[in-house]
Amino acid sequence: MQDQPTAIELVEAVADFIRNHAMPQLQGHAAFHARVAANALDIVKRELEVAPTANAEEISRLKELLGREGNLEELNLELCNRIRSGQIALDDPQLKDHLWKTTLTKLSIDQPNYSGYRRAISES
Amino acid sequence: MSGETNPVAAALGEVVKKHMKGASGITGLKRLSGGASQETWAFDATTDGESIPLILRRAPGGTRPPSETAVGLSTEAKLIELAGRAGVPVPTVRYVLQQEDGIGDGFIMNRIAGETIARKILRDDEFADARPKLARQCGEILAKLHSISRDTLPPLRVSPAESEIAQYRNILKAHGHPHPVFELALKWLTDNAPPATTAHTLVHGDFRNGNLMIGPDGVRAVLDWEIAHIGDPMEDLGWICVNSWRFGNIDQPVGGFGTREDMFAGYEAAGGAKVDPERVKYWEVLGTMKWGIMCTIMVTAFKTGADRSVERAAIGRRSSETEIDLLRLLAPRQ
Repeated sequence: MQDQPTAIELVEAVADFIRNHAMPQLQGHAAFHARVAANALDIVKRELEVAPTANAEEISRLKELLGREGNLEELNLELCNRIRSGQIALDDPQLKDHLWKTTLTKLSIDQPNYSGYRRAISES
Repeated sequence: MSGETNPVAAALGEVVKKHMKGASGITGLKRLSGGASQETWAFDATTDGESIPLILRRAPGGTRPPSETAVGLSTEAKLIELAGRAGVPVPTVRYVLQQEDGIGDGFIMNRIAGETIARKILRDDEFADARPKLARQCGEILAKLHSISRDTLPPLRVSPAESEIAQYRNILKAHGHPHPVFELALKWLTDNAPPATTAHTLVHGDFRNGNLMIGPDGVRAVLDWEIAHIGDPMEDLGWICVNSWRFGNIDQPVGGFGTREDMFAGYEAAGGAKVDPERVKYWEVLGTMKWGIMCTIMVTAFKTGADRSVERAAIGRRSSETEIDLLRLLAPRQ
């Protein structure tokens, strides 16, 4: 057990510092890079919030889909092999469901404002 | 770039004096942003009267050989000339650099006034009258571009869907990180590739919002010819529809400014072959995957330490945008 503040709170504080204190004092390229840096910290924060549960769910979906054990990377590599060889395809509703859930999670961390993600959410 | 002096300024001044009638030198030389594989510089040629706005396209450091897929600058200049003759709006090429000029490979062309930044083109009032016309104009321009006789073209790589697929499959394999959605796209693209009898033409290869110079009157110039090749003409119509190039305007599939129907109508009216919307969609899928894999491998430069910038690192987290687009294209939930 780690002490307070939490990692999420620390990352939030640094992003806030960059946006509201450092950036206004920067110009041109440096200001642009500061914005990119703050956005990157937002990704870290969302990943810290979402990934522990989402990764566990992804692993259990993959184990069921593939009928084998393994860690996240091993299972994903196996899924790639089976898609490539045609052993599993979109006619399997379980595959489609898995890819959608996994991809929606990735977007909720990486780019929650992306037009394709917003549209996918509104269509569901 | 601020603080950077161009090592070729003096030599460029000599070139302009020698090869451009009435020019006495150059002023205002500055490096423009963008274009990682080639340098682009803006400058003015001074004359007795009005100065002439110009662009220098030059290999980085003057001599770097073109990458596997880039055409090289003298070929690029030749393509721009041919396209201009076919009625494609392009900047006039003024001079192709020769070895004795001493500043490497490149060429000088007219600098056309206008906007290339996609978000401004899609949002600024200045372009409000142009926007509804752009999709049709893009179709007309592509029809002319695809009409250029293959006999007149300089040597270009031939890249039908199969070789594009093979290229990106290899890149993904070398990268090593698992991407089930890209695998799904590669499989679909392999199973649904256009028939071998598909007629091939010149393909621009990067015809999209961001590479078009736009004025209040519409498209003024088609830029960035460096990955031109021979292939399926529908590739160009599909690439401009990739959601990444709609810049948020998801309901305007052509570049974020127009409809496929307008682009197809313009294409057919200007003498292009009958458009096959399914094949255009095929290339939209391929383009979406291509851009996603490119985002993924841009991280390599970060991981190896070649470019430790946050900007470079963050691009890797944009490849998932194309994964959701691919799922919406290939596995819609309705």
